[in-house]
Amino acid sequence: MVAKRIIPCLDVKDGRVVKGVNFVNLVDAGSAVELAKRYSDEGADELVFLDITASVEKRKTFVELVREIAKAIRIPFTVGGGISELTDIEKLLKAGADKVSLNTSIVKNPGLITKAARQFGSQAVVAAIDVNVVNNVYKVFIKGGREETELEGLSWCKRVEELGAGEILLTSMNKDGTKDGYDLAFLSELNKLVRIPVIASGGAGCENDFLEAFSKATVDACLAASLFHFDILKIKDLKRYLQDNGIVVRL
Amino acid sequence: MISIIDYGAGNVASVANALETLNEKFVITSNEVEICRADKIIFPGVGEASFAIKQLHMLNLFSMMRMIGKPLLGICLGMQLLCDSSKEGNVSCLGIFPTTGEKFDETKTKVPHMGWNKVKQTKESKLFTGIKDEEYFYFAHSFYVPVNKFTIATAENGIDFSASLEKDNFYGVQFHPEKSGDAGLKLLENFITLC
Repeated sequence: MVAKRIIPCLDVKDGRVVKGVNFVNLVDAGSAVELAKRYSDEGADELVFLDITASVEKRKTFVELVREIAKAIRIPFTVGGGISELTDIEKLLKAGADKVSLNTSIVKNPGLITKAARQFGSQAVVAAIDVNVVNNVYKVFIKGGREETELEGLSWCKRVEELGAGEILLTSMNKDGTKDGYDLAFLSELNKLVRIPVIASGGAGCENDFLEAFSKATVDACLAASLFHFDILKIKDLKRYLQDNGIVVRL
Repeated sequence: MISIIDYGAGNVASVANALETLNEKFVITSNEVEICRADKIIFPGVGEASFAIKQLHMLNLFSMMRMIGKPLLGICLGMQLLCDSSKEGNVSCLGIFPTTGEKFDETKTKVPHMGWNKVKQTKESKLFTGIKDEEYFYFAHSFYVPVNKFTIATAENGIDFSASLEKDNFYGVQFHPEKSGDAGLKLLENFITLC
């Protein structure tokens, strides 16, 4: 039986990891390669790197960084942020990334999922979907959560599965930063609807939040950022807690 | 010298990085002569089976790979391509292992099978020397090779399937040793030094 995964997420700006809340008050958290190594040693199952560099010119350095990360760690990692072309995907995978996460680009061009899955395999294509509650409806947001779309959350998730995505990284903007737990209701519905793995993101505040996401919403993986960056939770301790409570994890 | 076959369907960078960590000399190539000249061959693979087989034909590597007598390790899709055929694109493959790649049943389990899973060693093999039974390795695949008489290790995802195969000089692993931490490095080292 496949183990449930714990995935730290690292935001990268101009080649450095930054931490902050909702993209404000960004603090330099050091070298991406060093942090990647640390999390890998501490028992992270995978890593996600999101390039939040604003300028297209500086984005080119991200491929170089991906190459460095791939040399430094022996666990899988996903990269995302501003990827809109097949050639971008090819460059990042060739540099040693295992998967790419696509967000805004697939809302604008859903066919990109199918093309990428055909060329690189579904397992390399993660659909990153940001949802927020608007008038009691879960709506899909793009551009780092700044722009609302017409899409409804669950139906867009189903659609990306049909188009060939291998995984869904679901971020609940309504929960992000609240630290009162993942959006169990939405994630449970999502898990009934799709047969590809689901990664939960947004809302984790303590060990029990991870436990509930795995046991109640039966997600396949949980992602968190600040909890790990600010040393509120140690990955090893978290995984031991999960194992003690009957969740299969890699220890 | 190890040759890593680059046929446009594999994450060769990660395999190369792992060999660098092990201080092994290697060449990344699609050239038949260079591949044959190496002591050992690593055949990685991600992507779609029928596309990959087409690439092997176009690069003139198909027959050579069937007949080569040197130790060869197929990784992930690389292992599946060593079988008779694959239901992924309904394609005839290299025919080393007499079995067919099947798709996981989506009604029973999540597909792709993605993440770390325990690998149960069912037959003694040099490939797993010094690796504890039921060690975790990293998997990422939608098709699988059923358990057969050449299976040396299994994993479970709804059903038991082949995590590793061995026949004569041909070895295969469904998981990604290059992405499976220390245990994965150990397995690659075993292939290079013992097989």
